[in-house]
Amino acid sequence: MALLEIRDVVKQFGDFTAVNHVSLSVEAGEFFTLLGPSGCGKTTLLRMLAGFEQPDSGEIILDGVNVAGVPPEKRPVHTVFQNYALFPHMTVAQNIAFPLKMANVPSEELKQRVAEVLEDVQLTPFAQRFPHEMSGGQRQRVAIARALVNRPRLLLLDEPLSALDAKLREEMQIELINLQKEVGITFVYVTHDQGEALALSHRIAVMNKGQVAQLDVPEVIYSHPKSRFVADFIGQCNLLDGTIVGIGHDRMQVEIAGVGIAETLLLPDAKVGQKGTLTLRPEKIKLAASLPLDVADEVHFKGKVHDCLYLGDVTMYVIELENGILVETMLPNSAPGRAKFFDDNDLVELAWRYDAGHFILS
Amino acid sequence: MAKNKSLGRWLISGPPLLYLLIFFAIPTLIMAFAAFRFPGDYGGLLPFIDINPESGKNELLIHAGNWQEFLTFENFSRFFEDTIYVELFIKSFWYAGITTLVCLCMSYPLAWLIARSPKKYRDLLILLVILPFWSNFLIRVYAWMIILGPQGYFAMTINQGLALVGIAPIQLMYSHFAVIVVLVYVHLPFMVLPLYANLEKHDVALLDAAQDLGASGWRRFWKITWPLSLPGVWAGSALVFIPALGMFAVPDLLGGTDGMMIGNLIKQQFLDSRDWPFGSVLSIMLTLAVLMMAGLGMMIGRGRQRNAL
Ligand SMILES: Nc1ncnc2c1ncn2[C@@H]1O[C@H](COP(=O)(O)OP(=O)(O)OP(=O)(O)O)[C@@H](O)[C@H]1O
Ligand SMILES: [Mg+2]
Repeated sequence: MALLEIRDVVKQFGDFTAVNHVSLSVEAGEFFTLLGPSGCGKTTLLRMLAGFEQPDSGEIILDGVNVAGVPPEKRPVHTVFQNYALFPHMTVAQNIAFPLKMANVPSEELKQRVAEVLEDVQLTPFAQRFPHEMSGGQRQRVAIARALVNRPRLLLLDEPLSALDAKLREEMQIELINLQKEVGITFVYVTHDQGEALALSHRIAVMNKGQVAQLDVPEVIYSHPKSRFVADFIGQCNLLDGTIVGIGHDRMQVEIAGVGIAETLLLPDAKVGQKGTLTLRPEKIKLAASLPLDVADEVHFKGKVHDCLYLGDVTMYVIELENGILVETMLPNSAPGRAKFFDDNDLVELAWRYDAGHFILS
Repeated sequence: MAKNKSLGRWLISGPPLLYLLIFFAIPTLIMAFAAFRFPGDYGGLLPFIDINPESGKNELLIHAGNWQEFLTFENFSRFFEDTIYVELFIKSFWYAGITTLVCLCMSYPLAWLIARSPKKYRDLLILLVILPFWSNFLIRVYAWMIILGPQGYFAMTINQGLALVGIAPIQLMYSHFAVIVVLVYVHLPFMVLPLYANLEKHDVALLDAAQDLGASGWRRFWKITWPLSLPGVWAGSALVFIPALGMFAVPDLLGGTDGMMIGNLIKQQFLDSRDWPFGSVLSIMLTLAVLMMAGLGMMIGRGRQRNAL
């Protein structure tokens, strides 16, 4: 039995549907992420889990109990708010002790548990400081410590790292992973940053317009997006519109208008004539001045360099195919002394394996 | 550059400082000095410079040999000799304290409601709170005299109710009750405004966080809202307590014979008894008492910070 089950939950504000028939389940000990663009209903779903909003229909089952009507203060669920919401008139130690006081934990045990969790988040020397005397990253850790200290069944985190700068965010991501492993509490994490979701999560639910677009482990979400939306939202992705023109026994042929035929993995219920989109990650495309033709299992095209973007570790080349379609590819800048292999308007050749991409029917 | 900056600072803070100096510090010093002098024959103070009856000329009468004829501690000893003055002080503090407390209890929910109401109505509601200021203070007090008077509907309704259960009619006017009711009425906006200014700035996310972490309604109030609103509570209390303490018009009009407050006595000394030195002593004692209270309050406030778990 899953720790948390969301069954067909709907939430409307007026005639706007913020959460639209969402069903999913989260296992105990899991790091589960809700990922989606701004306004897709992530916070609304989280607030329903915390108890601040009631679903219009559907059920939320926590630990086998339907929590409908249970107020937030009675749920074994704690939240790390986006802006931390630390109590400004309390010291770090008092902030962290707050949930324990509310649960009437005896004072000896309370002191010990506050000390333990301060240790966990490496804030012991700051116990007597006030929140306004701390940096953003430190405040973040206080907020997490405060939400963890009373060992909730479920910890909700609403974009907890969005206010931090990139470097600190990376450090905090690693700390979060370690902390979650250490305390073993189930995390439901909300973010609109796909890199963060891929790095942290055991499983990801990609949301769009109040619905779950795809729910799976990060590798599958990245390499086998089920829809154009997911492919486009997660990472860099080339989207080539095409039509199925031939079906083999484990692969099929797709005609990409004006460019040629590309071979790709067979879809179970594909029929000739169906239209769709071929999704192709830039790093899966080979790029060279000339590539050997007739390599088994490879698709081969010609093009010319349209743009180069130097990104440090890699350089992104935008290649214009014969019909004017732009394809993004990238080459690592690992060779010593070389950062750029091509210039604008150089003629190049592209190739990718038939199983590098993935065809999505529209 | 640095010089310019400090010059600018002085230009900005100079005028108000000068204003305070002239209109607060200097009168206080004059009064402190007056407290050690004798009253003049027809009010005012016994002059140091006067016509010398012997020579018939204007000259300085005070010198090392006769200073005791001009300066004295008598005014202060008079204050402590008779307990009625200290008793009047205590009574006035009691009136002002009750007024402050009642104002606080009435204003807090009101200020909270206004702070939580939709933004577009807030200014209007605050305007309604200060609307009474638009009519004259005395007119409002006289209105209360009519309301509380024996022919007023308020008093009549109460007395009719009392008659039903067989209790003799009571008099509302000219009583402690009347004084406190009107003191509360007059000072209410001074409590509502600072409380509103404070409560309006509260971050509602803090209450969500407290609730999420297990705090029920009352605990959310006492652990979050109340401590964060203390600056507003202190400001409002000071704005009500201090003027209420020195009030003389309200007890004069509604207090009757035993409704007198320290303000009435001070006014009496200056205007009726023509005893400026003793009036000065009373004023100085009042100022000292208020300063002592403020200091005590600040010390308590300090002690609360950073206490352990
Ligand atoms: N109380 C409310 N009243 C009306 N509409 C609301 C309310 N709360 C949220 N919405 C709407 O519901 C939609 C989803 O909001 P939600 O806050 O869940 O988005 P989100 O996915 O968390 O976005 P973000 O990444 O920007 O935080 C938004 O379009 C928002 O305008
Ligand atoms: Mg949100």
